[in-house]
Amino acid sequence: MSSVTPRPYLEVKDLTVRFETDDGVVQAVSGSSFSLEAGKTLGIVGESGSGKSVTSLAVLGLHRTRSNAKVTGQIWLDDQELVTASNEEVRALRGGKMSMIFQDPLSAMHPYFTVGAQIVEAYRIHHPGVNKKVARERAIDMLARVGIPQPSRRFNDYAHQFSGGMRQRAMIAMALVNDPKLLIADEPTTALDVTVQAQILDLIRDLQAEFGSAVIMITHDLGVVAELADDVLVMYGGKVIEQGPAIDLFQRPQHPYTWGLLGSMPRMDREVRDRLTPVKGSPPSLINLPSGCAFHPRCPYAGRNGDRSFTDIPVLTGGAHSVACHMSAEERTKIFQEEVAPNL
Amino acid sequence: MSENLLEVTGLQKHFPITKGLFKRQVGAVRAVDGIDLTVQAGETLGLVGESGCGKSTAGRLFTRILEPTAGKIVFEGQDISHKSVTQMRPLRRDVQMIFQDPYSSLNPRHTIGTIISAPLQIQNIPTPQGLKTAVQELLELVGLSPEHYNRYPHEFSGGQRQRIGIARALALRPKLIIADEPVSALDVSIQAQVVNLLEDLQSEFDLTYVFIAHDLSVVRHISDRVAVMYLGKVMEIAHRDDLYKNPRHPYTVALMSAVPVPDPVRRDRAQRDRVLLTGDVPSPINPPSGCRFRTRCWKAQDICAVEEPPLVRRLDDPDGHLTACHFPVVEDEAVAGRKPATINV
Amino acid sequence: MVAYLIRRIFNAVLTLLVVTLVTFGIFFMVPKLTGSDPALLYIGKTADKVALDGIREKMGLADPIMVQYGKFLKGLVAGRDYANGPDVTHCPAPCLGYSFKTEQEVTPLLMDDLPVTFSLALGAAILWLIGGVATGVISALRKGSLLDRVVMTGALAGVSLPIYFTGLLASAVFVYWLGWLPQGQYVPFLESPADWFVQLLLPWITLAFLFAATYARLTRANMLETLGEDYIRTARAKGLPERTVIGKHALRSGLTPIVTIFGLDLGSLLGGAILTEAVFNLRGLGYQALQAIKGNDLPVILGVTLIAATFIVVANLVVDLVYGLIDPRVRLG
Repeated sequence: MSSVTPRPYLEVKDLTVRFETDDGVVQAVSGSSFSLEAGKTLGIVGESGSGKSVTSLAVLGLHRTRSNAKVTGQIWLDDQELVTASNEEVRALRGGKMSMIFQDPLSAMHPYFTVGAQIVEAYRIHHPGVNKKVARERAIDMLARVGIPQPSRRFNDYAHQFSGGMRQRAMIAMALVNDPKLLIADEPTTALDVTVQAQILDLIRDLQAEFGSAVIMITHDLGVVAELADDVLVMYGGKVIEQGPAIDLFQRPQHPYTWGLLGSMPRMDREVRDRLTPVKGSPPSLINLPSGCAFHPRCPYAGRNGDRSFTDIPVLTGGAHSVACHMSAEERTKIFQEEVAPNL
Repeated sequence: MSENLLEVTGLQKHFPITKGLFKRQVGAVRAVDGIDLTVQAGETLGLVGESGCGKSTAGRLFTRILEPTAGKIVFEGQDISHKSVTQMRPLRRDVQMIFQDPYSSLNPRHTIGTIISAPLQIQNIPTPQGLKTAVQELLELVGLSPEHYNRYPHEFSGGQRQRIGIARALALRPKLIIADEPVSALDVSIQAQVVNLLEDLQSEFDLTYVFIAHDLSVVRHISDRVAVMYLGKVMEIAHRDDLYKNPRHPYTVALMSAVPVPDPVRRDRAQRDRVLLTGDVPSPINPPSGCRFRTRCWKAQDICAVEEPPLVRRLDDPDGHLTACHFPVVEDEAVAGRKPATINV
Repeated sequence: MVAYLIRRIFNAVLTLLVVTLVTFGIFFMVPKLTGSDPALLYIGKTADKVALDGIREKMGLADPIMVQYGKFLKGLVAGRDYANGPDVTHCPAPCLGYSFKTEQEVTPLLMDDLPVTFSLALGAAILWLIGGVATGVISALRKGSLLDRVVMTGALAGVSLPIYFTGLLASAVFVYWLGWLPQGQYVPFLESPADWFVQLLLPWITLAFLFAATYARLTRANMLETLGEDYIRTARAKGLPERTVIGKHALRSGLTPIVTIFGLDLGSLLGGAILTEAVFNLRGLGYQALQAIKGNDLPVILGVTLIAATFIVVANLVVDLVYGLIDPRVRLG
């Protein structure tokens, strides 16, 4: 596979995605880097407009049909660079080596084609020599593997005839039909009920073990990330502001925004708190990002180190568990232990 | 114990289904199928359940946006079950609703001022300080700037719009607010801000809430008592701590074990303890006989298909902890990984 | 699907019945209320009382309105006899009565006009459907481009310019100035297909321009909406080539609303394109309607109205059925 320096299965370097709109340039992602090994799960957490979904769409090259999108940086998938690759090269990978499942399986499936036909289509586009019958068998096999009862009958049903959970299973069957090595799941359980969510997360975990794929799990729900992810990326305003191994990140979160996210969540595994401790204010506009650290208008600790928060963009530093914050590691640890942790 | 603000008995709402040439009624969606509840003044009653359990319909019945098919709704001692729109008008002052979608529940062509002052004008509420000042006070109350008076809904973020919805609901100084998934469309940090706001307003104005949500952790945080609904019925109701520490109904147990916990260290334990429900929720058109949960329940026995368990106190539960189950879960019972039992009907 | 089908057909028949009742009511009731006498319209002002009574008797004008309506319906379905003593005239089904002016049977009179209207409507429909949809799709795919702007400006002109303006302008340019096309008479298809085609080309283009403009705008809007749908993103994420994404996934749903409007437009056009026929001097249903209105020829007006209504109702029915075929959500509930 790889030559001298072994590259991770997926490596994203300095990815920037901009959209030119009538209102101005939207800085959807500005310089994010991360990597992911085969068989591992990366959780990307953030609120709306954090750039988490755009990042994944860029990996899949789905921005290419939008004439106003501009992508720079590098995306290496299995030693192939995707940003500079041709449309056709990326298309051939899409749905094959890398595939994606989406938030709302009802709107993500075509209403006029049967679920089976849509899976068959996905299979045959990457297996041109395969006849319809074989593809149909493959699709039914996949439906069975994702736990859909009576798969050969459900093959002929339309998406609207499935329940929410079954629909997401079918969507997963479609995404996995070509044995992808990278699966991107964009809020795959947000539209589902909690008991169904548990089933789907279970399914993704089992299938990952079976297929050995790398998984990117994009979600706003820290609980979902904690369930699945080996590593976690926290995004804010189009940037990665904290990243690290899941256990480390949840036990010793470093960035004030991560603290705020954790403080916003009522937790079932703790005593009920008197009050939640959310971040104040709202997420920034991506057209007009705040100067310096994009989080500074909402950060209770901005200004502790002079004006740097308002002028300099903090760089992600710190090795395996890295953070983009102007405060020193000691300072953050002290604040977390004294002020933040007791309120979580 | 404080007095009951709202009392609901045997409440039903069936939506007819018609079919064929002459649109004959062939059945009904039994969205709410006989629930008994009380809401005490000053408390927050959480109503949880998954989609299709009837919790939103229940909320719309409490506010009498919908008329019940059967059963009784008593608000402050007054039977409002079948009051007409005109008869309900004076009561609208006391009961208000907050909706899930802050985008669609505000008229895009009206300014914030118009939206928030509308209830005051409809109800002819005198505002000694002037209508505009009254609205601006409300805006400040919910954490918005009074200068937003002349702006339109699209100029606001989701969280701000929900605050506008809250200000509108608050305008008439209601006694009871039914909040239907008020934070589910919001980002995590905004969710928490709105939850805090709702709590602050409750203590400031002695509000009573019915908080309808599917998120068990938010419901646990905000509620004094919690009712768990499944297929149009209340399966279990109890004080918050009783319910979350000692869930009796297998459905409650399954629901709680499914909530992902933000602690990767506990990941394996959480997964081991998880009760995975198989299959889907049955159709509310034709719910299972007996106990509605029996088709997905690992404890179900033959009696569950025959006899519907009443909502009563079980085992040594404290007052007010009611469970509708023939075989309630006892503490430390090993429940994980159980598959639904096969029952002979 | 069968229940759906039966329900729709039942609805269509019911609608037609209501249409006959309303039109019959308007055309035969209103003269009574306003004091004008239909019998007088048959014979003319100079008629004597005996002749008038004879006509009344024969046409059944003296009967109560519901009886008249009943006879009218019977005539439509089974034909009817107009009798005044020994003077019996049989009018075969579907009987629409006799023209006040020419005393001809209305049904054959209108049937003679149908081929003209059909030729005009169908030819124009094919043109505008292809032209409108194609420009709309291309415009949507090149949204914001120069081509898109030019096409959409042209479409705006097409929608806003009245047919008698574009029609006369086209005649002036192609017939009188350039002399490319003849200004002449309708030639039946069976007589000479080539002449039929050449004679109808200008009316087709004129009519199609108006409709194509609407269709281009509608198609563009629908396509843009569809292209933003999640399932289009899924289709791309599966690795489908762009031509499949557009040609299969996007077109299928993007063009569905076109079916509705096309059915209705065609239906109403088959009832007579009054303006176009007038501008190009084509003797179709629209022209006939115009003449009948000028001459207060109630039975003919009633006939044209009923035919137009029938086409619209039938078109509606076809649209509903096609919808059921296209969209499984309609078919399967």
